Amino acid sequence: MILLQALDIGLAFLVFAVAAWTIFARGAFAATVGYVVYGLLLSLVWIRLFAVDVALTEAAIGSGVTGILLIGAAARLRGAEAAADEEQPSGFSRLAIASLCVLVALALAAVVLLFADQGPSLAPQAMQHLPETGLGNPVTAVLIAYRAFDTMLEKVVLVLAVVGVWSLAADKYWGGAPGEARAERPEPTLAFLAQILAPLGILVGVHIFWVGADEPGGAFQGGAILAAMWMIVMMARLTEAPQTRARWLRLALVAGPLVFLAAGVGGAIFAGGFFAYPPGFAKPVILFIEAFMVLTIAVTLPMLVTGPPRREPRR
Amino acid sequence: MTSATLAGLVGAALVGLGLYGLIATAQPLRKILSFNLMGSGVFLVFGIVARKGAAAGLQADPVPQAMVITGIVVAFAASALAVALVLRLFEETGQATLNPDAWTKPSDDGAKPE
Repeated sequence: MILLQALDIGLAFLVFAVAAWTIFARGAFAATVGYVVYGLLLSLVWIRLFAVDVALTEAAIGSGVTGILLIGAAARLRGAEAAADEEQPSGFSRLAIASLCVLVALALAAVVLLFADQGPSLAPQAMQHLPETGLGNPVTAVLIAYRAFDTMLEKVVLVLAVVGVWSLAADKYWGGAPGEARAERPEPTLAFLAQILAPLGILVGVHIFWVGADEPGGAFQGGAILAAMWMIVMMARLTEAPQTRARWLRLALVAGPLVFLAAGVGGAIFAGGFFAYPPGFAKPVILFIEAFMVLTIAVTLPMLVTGPPRREPRR
Repeated sequence: MTSATLAGLVGAALVGLGLYGLIATAQPLRKILSFNLMGSGVFLVFGIVARKGAAAGLQADPVPQAMVITGIVVAFAASALAVALVLRLFEETGQATLNPDAWTKPSDDGAKPE
């Protein structure tokens, strides 16, 4: 017990220290690398809160995919750093800002300390109806069944973000491919890593999705791992990003929300309520929806990271 | 002090740190990073709401957990869009700053670099 407590305190200090590093580090590149470490440490904190599903998501998306996005951007923006840093507020205003932020943090800390030991909970309701969904993992049940509408709209947000990113392309590149072209002779180390890691990672991603019905895991986490595998292969330049005008790509992007919405409407017709699942048949429907969500996530995340098209479309 | 309370205090500190970075750093990319840091602090505070809602044989209330998972994904989508905007700004102006006076330097006569 004492050992665990010591570990908790050590972890808390470590998370805080790395977080401070990402804010105060001199170079943006160092800060973004710090952010990846921070995300991994944070997922350990989530495990200590018994939220393994959140820990998996934080590690895969919060740390991994966001990390790739930020590191890539920091590398490209390196030349503009010095000029931007000149606009840093003066010492006095920085002090004023810091005191404001300490106040906010203290107020929040006071709220945290005032929380009752046993807060309000929806866990009993979630567990009570769990058998009807055929699932064993209550978090997946909340995501795909109880709060299905939320999760569907979140998929729509992902698609909208892709539309927004693609819209930033110069006119002549519209419909073309983002990212780097396939290399004739890929960098051997990266290519080796991609060839070894990708097959295993795809297996792990599909497994995490599949066990998500009953154990920690699910569509988000599995999809994010599959997305990471595709990104590794693209970064090794063994393959290149598809043209954004490709029909299969656009179909894959909208498949998740479309199937989800269709299932919701189907529920309104056959099961007596929008997003209601037919009794006794809920689990197959949920797995069907999740499979398409995995596809959409696995395609959306790499498209968001590679950014707007940068090459002219081939006819 | 329980590990949940400790995690909540870390969350509060992260919100403070992130807020400071958001206001006090000048580079847009580092503002995005700070905003993400602040967001993860908020998620962590919400996470202890989940932990304190442990009931019905569960170690944590699944509803806040699911909302945090949704939140992490949406935060990523927003960050990706923000990063794309900054990179486009950099391509157009050669600057990555939020100060509009710096965007068109006299050297390029306000013309867009090709």
